[in-house]
Amino acid sequence: MLSTEVFIVASLVKIVIAILVLLTAVAYSVWLERKVVGHIQNRWGPTRVGPFGLLQPLADGIKFIVKEDLTPPHVYKPLFIAAPMIAVTCALTSISVIPIGNWITVFGYHIPLQITDVNTGLLVVLGVTSIGVYGVALAGWSSNNKYSLLGGLRASAQMVSYEIALGLSLVGVLILSGSFSLRDIVNAQAGTFWGFIPRWNVFYGCQFFAFFIYLMAAYAETNRIPFDLPEAETELVAGYHTEYSAMKFAMFFMAEYANMITVACLATLLFLGGWRGPVFGPPLLQALLPVFWFVAKVFVFMFIYIWVRGTLPRFRYDQLMAFGWKFLLPLAIANLLITGFIVAYRS
Amino acid sequence: MVPLSYYLVLSGILFACGVIGFLIKRNIITIFMSIELMLNGVNLSFVAFAAHWQRLSGQIFVFFVMVVAAAEAAVGLGIIIAVFRTRETLNVDQVNLLKL
Amino acid sequence: MLHLILFLIFGSICVAGAVNLLVQRHPISSALSLVVVMASLAVEYLLLGAEFVAAVQVIIYAGAVMVLFVFVIMLLNAGAEERTQGSRVALLLGVPGVLVGGVLVAWVLLRQSGTQPVALGALPGYPKIIGNLIFHDFLLPFEVTSILILIAIMGAVVLAGQPATQSQPGEER
Repeated sequence: MLSTEVFIVASLVKIVIAILVLLTAVAYSVWLERKVVGHIQNRWGPTRVGPFGLLQPLADGIKFIVKEDLTPPHVYKPLFIAAPMIAVTCALTSISVIPIGNWITVFGYHIPLQITDVNTGLLVVLGVTSIGVYGVALAGWSSNNKYSLLGGLRASAQMVSYEIALGLSLVGVLILSGSFSLRDIVNAQAGTFWGFIPRWNVFYGCQFFAFFIYLMAAYAETNRIPFDLPEAETELVAGYHTEYSAMKFAMFFMAEYANMITVACLATLLFLGGWRGPVFGPPLLQALLPVFWFVAKVFVFMFIYIWVRGTLPRFRYDQLMAFGWKFLLPLAIANLLITGFIVAYRS
Repeated sequence: MVPLSYYLVLSGILFACGVIGFLIKRNIITIFMSIELMLNGVNLSFVAFAAHWQRLSGQIFVFFVMVVAAAEAAVGLGIIIAVFRTRETLNVDQVNLLKL
Repeated sequence: MLHLILFLIFGSICVAGAVNLLVQRHPISSALSLVVVMASLAVEYLLLGAEFVAAVQVIIYAGAVMVLFVFVIMLLNAGAEERTQGSRVALLLGVPGVLVGGVLVAWVLLRQSGTQPVALGALPGYPKIIGNLIFHDFLLPFEVTSILILIAIMGAVVLAGQPATQSQPGEER
């Protein structure tokens, strides 16, 4: 075990690295989305700023910083300013329990590639997501604007409804792994069956349906197409972030993409085996390859997110709520029952 | 090392604030929130005693208190919405007659 | 020592939130102070080792029940409370009465400080153990509360949803 001072220093270093990497990933996932959606729509996407438009996030960042931060006169100021901060804080906090790789040895200290491994890691992520609903609801209400209020109410009702299907789809994984700790859940997916197929929860754990329920609930949680009516430009001006400009809007934007990345990380940890993959070579490669597999799987998940955004039309609000309550929830409960039977049969 | 009585004093303060809010506030939703504050104070004393007597039943009872509070919040807010539809006010002083 | 410092910090945040709930005139500010109280209570539960209860407090109490409250306040467009006519007698008798009663109760409780202090993380409430207890010893209350939730869902749908208006977004789980 590490001594207290080493633990604190290592944790601080990990926090700084995690936040920097997450913010860069958020910026470049915006670039990825614009390129991929552009190509789906038979156009180029950003190409001017830097090669392949790779410096576009930098240009966007500069734009957000120097733009005029306009606060409309009749808003409820304390909540108007606090709402994007709540959204972005919750989006960045859930990275603290997500393990991106195995234990590594740095300067003689044995350090896990995770900021903190709590016993209830999955519940921490779910709890932080629940608090993130306040950012949306309060933004909609404090803007003193009919469209924002309606968008905020719809968005928060949607997020609360799909949290249930999200949570229930994860209970199957919990039954299979026997622990809430994210590192234990990944370690329970070790090994292969039938020779070469890895024992990921999606295959061996028979969580195929849970994976799809999780996928759809995650799209609704992060307010992405096909569930993005609350911020649909054509219906509600811009929904709950209508009255926000410059830095505060950038915070909502960052929060949305950071939520996407968190959801993608959770999906790879719980269903696709996390950082597990073929590991070979010298010790340096053995320490870095798990991180590479993790990032590759998260990238696949983000690509699917963006692909779906470019392809599907959006749901109407009552269709959206009916889908969440009347289809996904019973399906998640059925998945839970079947997983229970499978675990009982196997043991 | 915190003595058990500190937890009980904190729980008592929260409960007392809940009672005061219940008695002095005029907005029905704030009165309801004071009830939730009282329930939270009681939950803290349950968990503190569970830790003191080393029995997990205290924590499980907190679980049930939370479930009951959630059910009560749902029905109570439904009632508040129904009353608001007819009376157009959230002030309890003005909802004191059966006649509209 | 660290336990005492953390307890005092989060205890004072709890009390500040509770007093703010009483002092604020707009219900939305009261609702948000109650969320702050619940979040700091979750930390207090963690100090006592009840990690599952703390997580459930954040997810369900602060993350769903209070969201429901905030919805209703936003929907009904509740404005700030007006100042009612306070009674001078109530102020003169009430405030000192509360203070005297509070100090008396606190003194009686604190005199019992001779009992064994509660350690940091005294009773670890792992989800596994709690799950075991709920499904073995406390199965009947568990089933009864699930029926209670079903009744509450039906009640909320009937009370808040009327045929003439659109569906309410604040449904309860």
